Amino acid sequence: MTTTPAPAIRLAGASKTFVTASGSYTAISEVDLVVQPGEFVSVVGPTGCGKSTTLSLVSGLHPATTGTVEVHGAPVTGIPDGLGYMFQTDAVLPWRSVLDNVAAGPRYRGTDKREARDQARDWVAKVGLAGFEDYHPHQLSGGMRKRVALAQTLINEPKVLLMDEPFGALDVQTREYVQDMLLDLWAGSGAAVVFVTHDLTEAIALADTVVVMTAGPATVKDVVRVDLPRPRSVEEIRLTPDFTDLYRRVWESLREEVELTRARGARVA
Amino acid sequence: MSPDLLTRSLEETPVTVTTPAAVRTPLPAAPALRRSRRRTKVAAVRIALVALWLGSWELAASHWIDPFFYSKPSAIWDQLVTWFTDGTSQGSIWEQISVTLQEAVAGFVLGSLLGIVLGVLLGRSRFTAEVCAPFIKAANAIPRIVLASLFVIWFGLGMSSKVATAVVLVFFAVFFNAFQGAREVDKTLVDNARILGASRRQVLTSIVLPSATSWILASLHTAFGFALIGAIVGEFTGADRGLGLLINNAQGTFNAAGIYAGMIITTVIALVAELALTRLERRLLSWRPQTSTAELSA
Repeated sequence: MTTTPAPAIRLAGASKTFVTASGSYTAISEVDLVVQPGEFVSVVGPTGCGKSTTLSLVSGLHPATTGTVEVHGAPVTGIPDGLGYMFQTDAVLPWRSVLDNVAAGPRYRGTDKREARDQARDWVAKVGLAGFEDYHPHQLSGGMRKRVALAQTLINEPKVLLMDEPFGALDVQTREYVQDMLLDLWAGSGAAVVFVTHDLTEAIALADTVVVMTAGPATVKDVVRVDLPRPRSVEEIRLTPDFTDLYRRVWESLREEVELTRARGARVA
Repeated sequence: MSPDLLTRSLEETPVTVTTPAAVRTPLPAAPALRRSRRRTKVAAVRIALVALWLGSWELAASHWIDPFFYSKPSAIWDQLVTWFTDGTSQGSIWEQISVTLQEAVAGFVLGSLLGIVLGVLLGRSRFTAEVCAPFIKAANAIPRIVLASLFVIWFGLGMSSKVATAVVLVFFAVFFNAFQGAREVDKTLVDNARILGASRRQVLTSIVLPSATSWILASLHTAFGFALIGAIVGEFTGADRGLGLLINNAQGTFNAAGIYAGMIITTVIALVAELALTRLERRLLSWRPQTSTAELSA
Protein backbone atom coordinates (compact mmCIF):
# COMPACT_ATOMS: atom_id res chain seq x y z
CA MET A 1 0.00 0.00 0.00
CA THR A 2 2.99 2.31 0.22
CA THR A 3 3.51 2.34 -3.54
CA THR A 4 1.08 5.17 -4.24
CA PRO A 5 1.42 8.08 -1.82
CA ALA A 6 -1.73 10.01 -0.98
CA PRO A 7 -2.45 12.86 -3.36
CA ALA A 8 -1.52 16.31 -2.09
CA ILE A 9 -5.11 17.47 -2.47
CA ARG A 10 -8.26 15.47 -3.04
CA LEU A 11 -11.73 16.89 -3.38
CA ALA A 12 -14.58 14.46 -3.95
CA GLY A 13 -18.12 15.68 -4.39
CA ALA A 14 -17.28 18.84 -2.48
CA SER A 15 -19.98 21.50 -2.30
CA LYS A 16 -20.22 24.81 -0.54
CA THR A 17 -23.45 26.62 0.19
CA PHE A 18 -23.51 30.03 1.81
CA VAL A 19 -26.48 31.12 3.85
CA THR A 20 -27.26 34.78 3.32
CA ALA A 21 -30.00 37.09 4.48
CA SER A 22 -31.92 36.55 1.23
CA GLY A 23 -31.63 32.76 1.20
CA SER A 24 -28.85 30.35 0.40
CA TYR A 25 -26.49 30.35 -2.48
CA THR A 26 -24.39 27.47 -3.77
CA ALA A 27 -20.94 28.59 -4.83
CA ILE A 28 -19.53 25.23 -5.87
CA SER A 29 -21.25 21.93 -6.31
CA GLU A 30 -19.89 18.38 -6.56
CA VAL A 31 -16.30 19.34 -7.28
CA ASP A 32 -13.91 16.43 -7.88
CA LEU A 33 -10.27 17.31 -8.12
CA VAL A 34 -7.01 15.49 -7.43
CA VAL A 35 -3.65 17.23 -7.28
CA GLN A 36 -0.48 15.13 -6.95
CA PRO A 37 2.55 16.25 -4.95
CA GLY A 38 4.74 18.46 -7.12
CA GLU A 39 1.96 19.13 -9.62
CA PHE A 40 1.08 22.63 -10.79
CA VAL A 41 -2.63 22.96 -11.46
CA SER A 42 -4.27 26.07 -12.87
CA VAL A 43 -7.97 26.58 -12.35
CA VAL A 44 -9.81 28.73 -14.87
CA GLY A 45 -13.47 29.59 -15.06
CA PRO A 46 -15.85 32.46 -15.70
CA THR A 47 -15.74 35.45 -13.38
CA GLY A 48 -17.32 34.87 -10.00
CA CYS A 49 -17.93 31.17 -10.55
CA GLY A 50 -16.52 29.98 -7.24
CA LYS A 51 -12.88 29.31 -8.01
CA SER A 52 -11.78 31.11 -4.85
CA THR A 53 -14.29 29.13 -2.80
CA THR A 54 -12.61 25.92 -3.93
CA LEU A 55 -9.32 27.21 -2.55
CA SER A 56 -10.83 28.27 0.74
CA LEU A 57 -12.19 24.74 1.27
CA VAL A 58 -8.72 23.29 0.83
CA SER A 59 -7.21 25.95 3.12
CA GLY A 60 -9.51 25.00 5.97
CA LEU A 61 -10.65 28.61 6.39
CA HIS A 62 -14.18 27.62 5.38
CA PRO A 63 -15.41 24.05 5.77
CA ALA A 64 -17.18 22.32 2.89
CA THR A 65 -20.93 21.91 3.24
CA THR A 66 -20.86 18.38 1.86
CA GLY A 67 -18.28 16.09 0.31
CA THR A 68 -14.69 15.17 1.04
CA VAL A 69 -11.72 17.51 1.21
CA GLU A 70 -8.36 15.95 1.99
CA VAL A 71 -4.82 17.27 2.14
CA HIS A 72 -2.09 14.61 2.09
CA GLY A 73 -4.70 11.96 2.79
CA ALA A 74 -6.06 13.59 5.93
CA PRO A 75 -9.47 15.25 6.01
CA VAL A 76 -9.31 19.03 6.36
CA THR A 77 -10.65 20.16 9.72
CA GLY A 78 -8.51 23.22 10.39
CA ILE A 79 -5.69 24.83 8.48
CA PRO A 80 -3.58 21.85 7.28
CA ASP A 81 0.13 21.69 8.07
CA GLY A 82 2.46 22.80 5.34
CA LEU A 83 -0.14 24.91 3.55
CA GLY A 84 0.55 28.27 1.93
CA TYR A 85 -2.05 30.65 0.56
CA MET A 86 -1.48 33.75 -1.50
CA PHE A 87 -4.52 36.00 -1.55
CA GLN A 88 -5.93 38.06 -4.35
CA THR A 89 -5.73 41.31 -2.41
CA ASP A 90 -2.66 42.63 -0.64
CA ALA A 91 -2.14 40.77 2.60
CA VAL A 92 1.21 42.25 3.63
CA LEU A 93 1.11 44.13 6.92
CA PRO A 94 1.39 47.86 6.19
CA TRP A 95 2.98 48.66 9.56
CA ARG A 96 5.83 46.18 9.19
CA SER A 97 8.98 46.47 7.15
CA VAL A 98 9.60 44.12 4.24
CA LEU A 99 11.94 42.02 6.37
CA ASP A 100 9.51 41.68 9.27
CA ASN A 101 6.67 40.89 6.89
CA VAL A 102 8.63 38.01 5.41
CA ALA A 103 9.76 36.88 8.87
CA ALA A 104 6.14 36.70 10.10
CA GLY A 105 5.61 33.01 9.31
CA PRO A 106 8.65 31.67 11.18
CA ARG A 107 7.94 34.09 14.06
CA TYR A 108 4.37 32.79 14.42
CA ARG A 109 5.75 29.27 14.40
CA GLY A 110 8.08 29.99 17.28
CA THR A 111 11.43 30.60 15.58
CA ASP A 112 13.45 33.15 17.54
CA LYS A 113 13.68 36.65 16.17
CA ARG A 114 17.27 36.60 14.90
CA GLU A 115 16.94 33.25 13.22
CA ALA A 116 13.62 34.28 11.61
CA ARG A 117 15.15 37.49 10.31
CA ASP A 118 18.12 35.65 8.85
CA GLN A 119 15.78 33.31 7.00
CA ALA A 120 13.71 36.28 5.89
CA ARG A 121 16.79 38.05 4.53
CA ASP A 122 17.48 35.02 2.29
CA TRP A 123 13.94 35.02 0.98
CA VAL A 124 13.89 38.76 0.39
CA ALA A 125 16.98 38.26 -1.76
CA LYS A 126 15.41 35.31 -3.57
CA VAL A 127 12.50 37.46 -4.73
CA GLY A 128 14.94 40.13 -5.88
CA LEU A 129 14.26 42.68 -3.16
CA ALA A 130 17.67 42.76 -1.49
CA GLY A 131 18.26 46.32 -0.33
CA PHE A 132 14.57 46.91 0.38
CA GLU A 133 14.48 45.07 3.72
CA ASP A 134 13.69 48.18 5.75
CA TYR A 135 11.10 49.65 3.40
CA HIS A 136 7.45 49.71 4.32
CA PRO A 137 4.87 48.28 1.88
CA HIS A 138 3.47 51.69 0.92
CA GLN A 139 6.89 52.64 -0.38
CA LEU A 140 6.92 49.73 -2.84
CA SER A 141 5.24 49.20 -6.21
CA GLY A 142 2.41 46.71 -6.64
CA GLY A 143 4.76 44.14 -8.17
CA MET A 144 7.22 44.48 -5.32
CA ARG A 145 4.46 44.02 -2.76
CA LYS A 146 3.42 40.83 -4.53
CA ARG A 147 6.99 39.59 -4.30
CA VAL A 148 6.99 40.34 -0.58
CA ALA A 149 3.79 38.31 -0.27
CA LEU A 150 5.38 35.52 -2.30
CA ALA A 151 8.42 35.42 -0.02
CA GLN A 152 6.16 35.61 3.04
CA THR A 153 4.27 32.53 1.82
CA LEU A 154 7.23 30.52 0.55
CA ILE A 155 9.44 31.02 3.61
CA ASN A 156 7.25 28.46 5.40
CA GLU A 157 8.17 25.99 2.62
CA PRO A 158 4.58 24.90 1.97
CA LYS A 159 3.94 21.48 0.46
CA VAL A 160 0.57 22.69 -0.77
CA LEU A 161 0.45 26.16 -2.24
CA LEU A 162 -2.85 27.85 -3.01
CA MET A 163 -2.80 31.00 -5.12
CA ASP A 164 -5.92 33.07 -5.75
CA GLU A 165 -5.37 35.30 -8.79
CA PRO A 166 -2.28 36.63 -7.08
CA PHE A 167 -0.97 38.59 -10.04
CA GLY A 168 -4.30 39.81 -11.38
CA ALA A 169 -3.72 43.45 -10.51
CA LEU A 170 -0.27 43.70 -12.11
CA ASP A 171 0.60 45.13 -15.52
CA VAL A 172 1.65 42.63 -18.18
CA GLN A 173 5.43 43.04 -17.96
CA THR A 174 5.51 42.91 -14.20
CA ARG A 175 3.21 39.93 -14.22
CA GLU A 176 5.45 37.91 -16.53
CA TYR A 177 8.46 38.76 -14.43
CA VAL A 178 6.75 37.58 -11.24
CA GLN A 179 5.39 34.47 -12.99
CA ASP A 180 8.90 33.44 -14.02
CA MET A 181 10.06 34.07 -10.50
CA LEU A 182 7.31 31.85 -9.15
CA LEU A 183 8.27 29.03 -11.55
CA ASP A 184 11.94 29.33 -10.53
CA LEU A 185 11.18 29.23 -6.83
CA TRP A 186 8.68 26.42 -7.21
CA ALA A 187 10.97 24.21 -9.35
CA GLY A 188 12.37 21.43 -7.22
CA SER A 189 10.35 22.40 -4.14
CA GLY A 190 8.03 19.43 -4.67
CA ALA A 191 5.06 21.56 -3.70
CA ALA A 192 1.63 21.01 -5.18
CA VAL A 193 0.22 24.27 -6.50
CA VAL A 194 -3.35 25.26 -7.22
CA PHE A 195 -3.34 28.52 -9.11
CA VAL A 196 -6.66 30.24 -9.71
CA THR A 197 -6.75 32.74 -12.54
CA HIS A 198 -9.04 34.10 -15.23
CA ASP A 199 -6.12 34.62 -17.59
CA LEU A 200 -5.80 31.63 -19.94
CA THR A 201 -2.27 32.52 -21.03
CA GLU A 202 -1.14 32.58 -17.45
CA ALA A 203 -2.96 29.35 -16.67
CA ILE A 204 -1.36 27.39 -19.50
CA ALA A 205 2.10 28.93 -19.27
CA LEU A 206 2.50 28.01 -15.61
CA ALA A 207 0.70 24.70 -15.20
CA ASP A 208 1.02 20.97 -15.74
CA THR A 209 -2.75 20.69 -15.72
CA VAL A 210 -5.49 23.20 -16.48
CA VAL A 211 -8.86 22.65 -14.84
CA VAL A 212 -11.84 24.37 -16.46
CA MET A 213 -14.78 25.12 -14.22
CA THR A 214 -18.37 25.75 -15.22
CA ALA A 215 -20.43 28.87 -14.63
CA GLY A 216 -21.66 29.03 -11.04
CA PRO A 217 -22.45 26.92 -9.13
CA ALA A 218 -19.07 25.74 -10.28
CA THR A 219 -18.09 22.19 -10.93
CA VAL A 220 -15.18 20.72 -12.86
CA LYS A 221 -15.93 20.71 -16.56
CA ASP A 222 -12.71 19.73 -18.20
CA VAL A 223 -9.13 18.79 -17.33
CA VAL A 224 -6.43 19.54 -19.88
CA ARG A 225 -2.84 18.23 -19.59
CA VAL A 226 -0.17 20.75 -20.49
CA ASP A 227 2.79 18.83 -21.87
CA LEU A 228 5.10 21.74 -22.44
CA PRO A 229 8.76 21.30 -21.51
CA ARG A 230 10.19 22.76 -18.30
CA PRO A 231 11.98 24.93 -17.32
CA ARG A 232 9.79 27.44 -19.09
CA SER A 233 10.02 31.11 -19.77
CA VAL A 234 6.54 32.57 -19.65
CA GLU A 235 7.31 35.20 -22.26
CA GLU A 236 8.69 32.75 -24.80
CA ILE A 237 6.49 29.75 -24.33
CA ARG A 238 3.32 31.49 -25.34
CA LEU A 239 4.68 31.99 -28.84
CA THR A 240 5.15 28.26 -29.55
CA PRO A 241 2.62 26.38 -31.75
CA ASP A 242 1.99 23.81 -29.01
CA PHE A 243 0.95 26.60 -26.71
CA THR A 244 -1.45 28.04 -29.27
CA ASP A 245 -3.04 24.62 -29.74
CA LEU A 246 -3.54 24.23 -26.02
CA TYR A 247 -4.93 27.72 -25.77
CA ARG A 248 -7.50 26.93 -28.45
CA ARG A 249 -8.40 23.66 -26.75
CA VAL A 250 -8.97 25.26 -23.33
CA TRP A 251 -10.78 28.26 -24.75
CA GLU A 252 -13.21 26.00 -26.66
CA SER A 253 -14.14 24.49 -23.35
CA LEU A 254 -14.27 27.73 -21.42
CA ARG A 255 -16.13 29.77 -24.03
CA GLU A 256 -19.57 28.26 -23.43
CA GLU A 257 -19.28 28.95 -19.73
CA VAL A 258 -18.16 32.52 -20.24
CA GLU A 259 -21.05 33.10 -22.64
CA LEU A 260 -23.46 31.57 -20.16
CA THR A 261 -22.17 33.86 -17.40
CA ARG A 262 -22.46 36.88 -19.71
CA ALA A 263 -26.01 35.97 -20.65
CA ARG A 264 -26.94 35.74 -16.96
CA GLY A 265 -25.24 39.03 -16.27
CA ALA A 266 -27.21 40.64 -19.10
CA ARG A 267 -30.41 39.24 -17.70
CA VAL A 268 -29.72 40.61 -14.26
CA ALA A 269 -28.73 43.99 -15.64
CA MET B 1 -34.44 40.74 17.44
CA SER B 2 -31.99 39.21 15.00
CA PRO B 3 -28.37 39.01 16.11
CA ASP B 4 -27.47 41.44 13.34
CA LEU B 5 -29.84 44.05 14.68
CA LEU B 6 -28.42 43.75 18.15
CA THR B 7 -24.85 44.27 17.10
CA ARG B 8 -25.88 47.09 14.89
CA SER B 9 -27.65 48.71 17.78
CA LEU B 10 -24.36 48.61 19.68
CA GLU B 11 -22.60 50.26 16.79
CA GLU B 12 -25.28 52.90 16.51
CA THR B 13 -25.11 53.82 20.17
CA PRO B 14 -25.15 57.61 20.12
CA VAL B 15 -21.61 58.52 21.04
CA THR B 16 -19.05 60.55 19.24
CA VAL B 17 -16.70 58.10 17.59
CA THR B 18 -13.66 60.16 16.83
CA THR B 19 -12.40 59.69 13.32
CA PRO B 20 -8.79 58.46 13.24
CA ALA B 21 -6.26 60.75 11.63
CA ALA B 22 -5.91 58.27 8.78
CA VAL B 23 -9.47 58.88 7.74
CA ARG B 24 -9.20 62.64 7.74
CA THR B 25 -8.55 64.12 4.35
CA PRO B 26 -4.99 65.34 4.05
CA LEU B 27 -4.52 68.94 2.96
CA PRO B 28 -3.20 69.32 -0.57
CA ALA B 29 0.53 70.02 -0.45
CA ALA B 30 1.22 73.63 -1.37
CA PRO B 31 4.66 74.83 -2.52
CA ALA B 32 7.00 75.44 0.42
CA LEU B 33 7.29 79.19 0.01
CA ARG B 34 3.60 79.82 -0.27
CA ARG B 35 3.01 77.62 2.70
CA SER B 36 5.48 79.39 4.97
CA ARG B 37 4.10 82.78 3.94
CA ARG B 38 0.61 81.60 4.70
CA ARG B 39 1.73 80.26 8.04
CA THR B 40 3.17 83.63 9.08
CA LYS B 41 -0.05 85.29 8.05
CA VAL B 42 -2.13 82.81 10.04
CA ALA B 43 0.03 83.36 13.15
CA ALA B 44 -0.17 87.16 12.80
CA VAL B 45 -3.94 87.11 12.53
CA ARG B 46 -4.18 84.79 15.53
CA ILE B 47 -2.05 87.13 17.69
CA ALA B 48 -4.08 90.12 16.53
CA LEU B 49 -7.32 88.35 17.46
CA VAL B 50 -6.06 87.54 20.97
CA ALA B 51 -4.84 91.10 21.47
CA LEU B 52 -8.16 92.51 20.28
CA TRP B 53 -10.11 90.18 22.55
CA LEU B 54 -8.04 90.83 25.70
CA GLY B 55 -7.78 94.56 24.95
CA SER B 56 -11.51 95.05 24.50
CA TRP B 57 -12.24 92.99 27.61
CA GLU B 58 -9.81 95.03 29.70
CA LEU B 59 -11.23 98.27 28.32
CA ALA B 60 -14.84 97.21 28.82
CA ALA B 61 -14.19 96.02 32.38
CA SER B 62 -12.44 99.29 33.24
CA HIS B 63 -15.28 101.52 31.97
CA TRP B 64 -18.60 99.81 31.32
CA ILE B 65 -19.07 96.36 32.84
CA ASP B 66 -18.59 95.33 36.46
CA PRO B 67 -15.21 93.61 36.93
CA PHE B 68 -16.54 92.06 40.15
CA PHE B 69 -18.64 89.70 38.05
CA TYR B 70 -16.67 89.55 34.83
CA SER B 71 -13.13 90.17 36.09
CA LYS B 72 -10.53 91.47 33.63
CA PRO B 73 -7.29 90.24 32.07
CA SER B 74 -5.02 92.26 34.36
CA ALA B 75 -6.79 90.95 37.48
CA ILE B 76 -6.49 87.38 36.23
CA TRP B 77 -2.81 87.92 35.58
CA ASP B 78 -2.35 89.30 39.10
CA GLN B 79 -4.15 86.25 40.48
CA LEU B 80 -1.86 83.93 38.56
CA VAL B 81 1.23 85.80 39.76
CA THR B 82 0.03 85.62 43.36
CA TRP B 83 -0.65 81.92 43.12
CA PHE B 84 2.71 81.14 41.65
CA THR B 85 4.74 83.42 43.96
CA ASP B 86 2.89 83.42 47.30
CA GLY B 87 0.94 80.18 46.90
CA THR B 88 -2.78 79.64 47.29
CA SER B 89 -5.08 79.51 50.30
CA GLN B 90 -4.63 75.75 50.33
CA GLY B 91 -0.85 75.62 49.82
CA SER B 92 1.58 75.75 46.93
CA ILE B 93 0.02 75.99 43.45
CA TRP B 94 2.42 73.30 42.22
CA GLU B 95 0.99 70.89 44.73
CA GLN B 96 -2.54 71.56 43.44
CA ILE B 97 -1.43 71.09 39.85
CA SER B 98 0.44 67.92 40.72
CA VAL B 99 -2.55 66.42 42.55
CA THR B 100 -4.98 67.12 39.70
CA LEU B 101 -2.47 65.91 37.14
CA GLN B 102 -1.86 62.67 39.01
CA GLU B 103 -5.57 62.02 39.22
CA ALA B 104 -6.10 62.78 35.56
CA VAL B 105 -3.14 60.70 34.39
CA ALA B 106 -4.08 57.73 36.57
CA GLY B 107 -7.68 57.91 35.34
CA PHE B 108 -6.52 58.31 31.77
CA VAL B 109 -4.17 55.31 31.88
CA LEU B 110 -6.60 53.01 33.69
CA GLY B 111 -9.62 54.08 31.65
CA SER B 112 -7.75 53.77 28.34
CA LEU B 113 -6.37 50.33 29.17
CA LEU B 114 -9.79 49.13 30.20
CA GLY B 115 -11.37 50.66 27.10
CA ILE B 116 -8.77 49.20 24.75
CA VAL B 117 -8.87 45.70 26.23
CA LEU B 118 -12.66 45.46 26.40
CA GLY B 119 -13.17 47.27 23.10
CA VAL B 120 -10.81 44.97 21.21
CA LEU B 121 -12.16 41.82 22.85
CA LEU B 122 -15.78 42.74 22.17
CA GLY B 123 -14.89 43.90 18.69
CA ARG B 124 -13.48 40.45 17.95
CA SER B 125 -16.17 38.40 19.59
CA ARG B 126 -19.59 38.70 18.02
CA PHE B 127 -21.25 36.68 20.72
CA THR B 128 -19.94 38.70 23.67
CA ALA B 129 -20.71 41.91 21.81
CA GLU B 130 -24.29 40.84 21.31
CA VAL B 131 -24.66 39.85 24.96
CA CYS B 132 -23.16 43.11 26.24
CA ALA B 133 -24.78 45.54 23.78
CA PRO B 134 -27.79 46.59 25.91
CA PHE B 135 -25.71 46.95 29.07
CA ILE B 136 -23.16 49.12 27.37
CA LYS B 137 -25.88 51.24 25.81
CA ALA B 138 -27.46 51.72 29.24
CA ALA B 139 -24.15 52.49 30.95
CA ASN B 140 -23.33 55.00 28.27
CA ALA B 141 -26.67 56.71 28.75
CA ILE B 142 -26.03 57.36 32.47
CA PRO B 143 -25.01 60.97 33.08
CA ARG B 144 -21.65 59.80 34.35
CA ILE B 145 -20.72 63.05 36.05
CA VAL B 146 -23.31 62.17 38.69
CA LEU B 147 -21.21 59.15 39.58
CA ALA B 148 -18.64 61.56 41.03
CA SER B 149 -20.94 62.04 44.05
CA LEU B 150 -21.24 58.30 44.49
CA PHE B 151 -17.49 57.85 44.26
CA VAL B 152 -16.91 60.42 47.02
CA ILE B 153 -19.10 58.29 49.28
CA TRP B 154 -17.34 55.09 48.20
CA PHE B 155 -13.75 56.21 48.11
CA GLY B 156 -13.68 59.29 50.33
CA LEU B 157 -12.20 62.75 49.75
CA GLY B 158 -8.80 61.50 48.61
CA MET B 159 -7.48 60.98 45.13
CA SER B 160 -9.11 57.64 44.40
CA SER B 161 -12.64 59.05 44.03
CA LYS B 162 -11.36 61.50 41.35
CA VAL B 163 -9.44 58.78 39.57
CA ALA B 164 -12.63 56.71 39.47
CA THR B 165 -14.60 59.58 37.93
CA ALA B 166 -11.88 60.09 35.31
CA VAL B 167 -11.78 56.36 34.53
CA VAL B 168 -15.51 56.25 33.91
CA LEU B 169 -15.36 59.23 31.55
CA VAL B 170 -12.27 58.02 29.68
CA PHE B 171 -13.44 54.45 29.33
CA PHE B 172 -16.36 55.06 26.98
CA ALA B 173 -14.46 57.47 24.76
CA VAL B 174 -11.75 54.86 24.18
CA PHE B 175 -13.99 51.80 24.24
CA PHE B 176 -16.15 52.74 21.27
CA ASN B 177 -13.15 53.58 19.11
CA ALA B 178 -11.27 50.41 20.04
CA PHE B 179 -14.42 48.41 19.33
CA GLN B 180 -14.83 50.02 15.93
CA GLY B 181 -11.12 49.62 15.16
CA ALA B 182 -11.15 45.93 16.02
CA ARG B 183 -14.24 45.49 13.87
CA GLU B 184 -12.72 47.08 10.81
CA VAL B 185 -9.66 44.87 10.63
CA ASP B 186 -9.06 43.65 7.09
CA LYS B 187 -10.26 40.05 6.96
CA THR B 188 -7.58 39.09 4.47
CA LEU B 189 -4.87 40.15 6.92
CA VAL B 190 -6.36 37.90 9.59
CA ASP B 191 -6.73 34.95 7.20
CA ASN B 192 -3.20 35.44 5.95
CA ALA B 193 -1.79 35.46 9.47
CA ARG B 194 -3.73 32.31 10.37
CA ILE B 195 -2.39 30.52 7.28
CA LEU B 196 1.13 31.65 8.16
CA GLY B 197 0.69 29.92 11.50
CA ALA B 198 -0.59 32.57 13.92
CA SER B 199 -2.53 31.44 16.97
CA ARG B 200 -5.65 33.32 18.08
CA ARG B 201 -3.57 35.33 20.51
CA GLN B 202 -0.96 36.13 17.90
CA VAL B 203 -3.68 37.31 15.53
CA LEU B 204 -4.92 39.62 18.28
CA THR B 205 -1.53 41.11 19.14
CA SER B 206 0.09 41.19 15.71
CA ILE B 207 -2.89 42.02 13.47
CA VAL B 208 -5.90 43.33 15.35
CA LEU B 209 -4.16 45.67 17.81
CA PRO B 210 -1.89 47.35 15.24
CA SER B 211 -4.86 47.72 12.86
CA ALA B 212 -6.95 49.35 15.55
CA THR B 213 -4.11 51.62 16.70
CA SER B 214 -5.05 54.60 14.57
CA TRP B 215 -8.63 54.44 15.84
CA ILE B 216 -7.49 54.10 19.45
CA LEU B 217 -4.96 56.92 19.22
CA ALA B 218 -7.59 59.24 17.76
CA SER B 219 -9.78 58.63 20.79
CA LEU B 220 -6.93 59.25 23.24
CA HIS B 221 -6.89 62.94 22.28
CA THR B 222 -10.44 63.48 23.52
CA ALA B 223 -9.91 60.97 26.32
CA PHE B 224 -7.28 63.05 28.10
CA GLY B 225 -9.64 66.00 28.05
CA PHE B 226 -12.24 63.77 29.68
CA ALA B 227 -9.72 62.64 32.29
CA LEU B 228 -9.06 66.27 33.29
CA ILE B 229 -12.80 66.98 33.43
CA GLY B 230 -13.26 63.89 35.61
CA ALA B 231 -10.52 64.93 38.03
CA ILE B 232 -11.75 68.51 38.33
CA VAL B 233 -15.42 67.64 38.65
CA GLY B 234 -14.41 65.10 41.27
CA GLU B 235 -12.59 67.81 43.18
CA PHE B 236 -15.63 70.07 42.89
CA THR B 237 -17.74 67.41 44.49
CA GLY B 238 -15.51 67.00 47.49
CA ALA B 239 -11.76 67.18 47.96
CA ASP B 240 -9.00 68.45 50.18
CA ARG B 241 -6.59 69.48 47.45
CA GLY B 242 -6.39 70.13 43.69
CA LEU B 243 -7.26 72.65 41.00
CA GLY B 244 -10.95 71.81 41.14
CA LEU B 245 -11.04 72.71 44.82
CA LEU B 246 -9.15 75.91 44.04
CA ILE B 247 -11.73 76.86 41.44
CA ASN B 248 -14.54 75.86 43.77
CA ASN B 249 -13.07 78.05 46.53
CA ALA B 250 -12.78 80.95 44.10
CA GLN B 251 -16.45 80.48 43.30
CA GLY B 252 -17.31 80.44 47.01
CA THR B 253 -15.54 83.76 47.57
CA PHE B 254 -16.92 85.44 44.41
CA ASN B 255 -13.39 85.58 43.04
CA ALA B 256 -14.07 85.58 39.26
CA ALA B 257 -10.38 86.12 38.49
CA GLY B 258 -9.57 82.95 40.44
CA ILE B 259 -11.98 80.91 38.33
CA TYR B 260 -10.44 82.25 35.13
CA ALA B 261 -6.92 81.62 36.44
CA GLY B 262 -7.83 78.03 37.28
CA MET B 263 -9.26 77.62 33.81
CA ILE B 264 -6.08 78.90 32.23
CA ILE B 265 -3.88 76.49 34.18
CA THR B 266 -6.14 73.58 33.23
CA THR B 267 -6.09 74.61 29.59
CA VAL B 268 -2.29 74.73 29.56
CA ILE B 269 -2.14 71.22 31.04
CA ALA B 270 -4.56 69.95 28.41
CA LEU B 271 -2.57 71.53 25.58
CA VAL B 272 0.72 70.05 26.82
CA ALA B 273 -0.90 66.62 27.04
CA GLU B 274 -2.32 67.05 23.55
CA LEU B 275 1.16 67.82 22.25
CA ALA B 276 2.60 64.71 23.91
CA LEU B 277 -0.18 62.55 22.47
CA THR B 278 0.36 63.93 18.99
CA ARG B 279 4.05 63.02 19.31
CA LEU B 280 3.13 59.51 20.41
CA GLU B 281 0.67 59.18 17.52
CA ARG B 282 3.29 60.25 15.00
CA ARG B 283 5.77 57.75 16.34
CA LEU B 284 3.41 54.81 16.46
CA LEU B 285 1.99 55.52 13.03
CA SER B 286 5.26 56.36 11.30
CA TRP B 287 4.69 53.50 8.85
CA ARG B 288 1.81 55.37 7.30
CA PRO B 289 2.28 57.05 3.88
CA GLN B 290 1.84 60.58 5.21
CA THR B 291 0.91 61.64 8.68
CA SER B 292 -1.88 64.10 8.23
CA THR B 293 -2.23 64.95 11.89
CA ALA B 294 -5.07 67.37 12.34
CA GLU B 295 -4.28 71.02 11.75
CA LEU B 296 -6.06 71.91 14.98
CA SER B 297 -3.41 70.15 17.06
CA ALA B 298 -0.51 71.96 15.36
